[in-house]
Amino acid sequence: MQPSPEDLSTVTVLLFAHYRDLAEDSSIELQVPTGATVRKAVALLRGLPGLDSLPSEPTVAVNREYVSLDHSLAPNDEIALIPPVAGGLFAGGVE
Amino acid sequence: MSSHIVARITAQPIRPEEILKAGSSADGAVVHFVGRVRDHNGGRSVRRLHYEAYADMAERELLSILTEVADDWDVSHVEAVHRTGTVELGETSVAIVVAATHRAAAYEASMQVMEQIKQRLPIWKREEYADGTEVWVGAVAVEM
Repeated sequence: MQPSPEDLSTVTVLLFAHYRDLAEDSSIELQVPTGATVRKAVALLRGLPGLDSLPSEPTVAVNREYVSLDHSLAPNDEIALIPPVAGGLFAGGVE
Repeated sequence: MSSHIVARITAQPIRPEEILKAGSSADGAVVHFVGRVRDHNGGRSVRRLHYEAYADMAERELLSILTEVADDWDVSHVEAVHRTGTVELGETSVAIVVAATHRAAAYEASMQVMEQIKQRLPIWKREEYADGTEVWVGAVAVEM
């Protein structure tokens, strides 16, 4: 059975650095089942053109705070996929 | 002990001298750290760097880092500034200043700020090489 429209929430997904290059877009409006986890949203994103190479368990922030993949989403949440920075952020500048 | 905390993300050049006056006469130790753009990485000649930030989150996350460090160490002033945008060779990409009564806390706090920045701050770096190619650092085999 298809979910009715009121069972879907729209969230905004922000993409940075090479994730943005993969998507060729810095922001995507995504519809997810209301109350879906971040993990579910990531799975939906990986089905979009260019984004199949996103990691299945990326680092994610919701409304500008890091969250776990089990975090439940609310309508109008701002999800940011955070590409790896560790060990690399200053690999060419400072160590 | 409450500390003075300053977190800043900026697209403007960082002048190291602008952080030299931190602290007060109660501070016997002031540690400055200046991270600069190096001309090579992994055997490749680097021409310049481009930093991109999740601006809405980065300054807030930097403030969280500094607040945690100030809670962990007996320091009176913790400040960090990070660049965004294009940063040329030799220019400052990050500056940290910590003032404390004694040097051990100042050194340790400064190290902790830098380690946390590397792990948590949502700022990404694209290296531009002498041959004109560019790569997001941390990305696996994504070249433009």
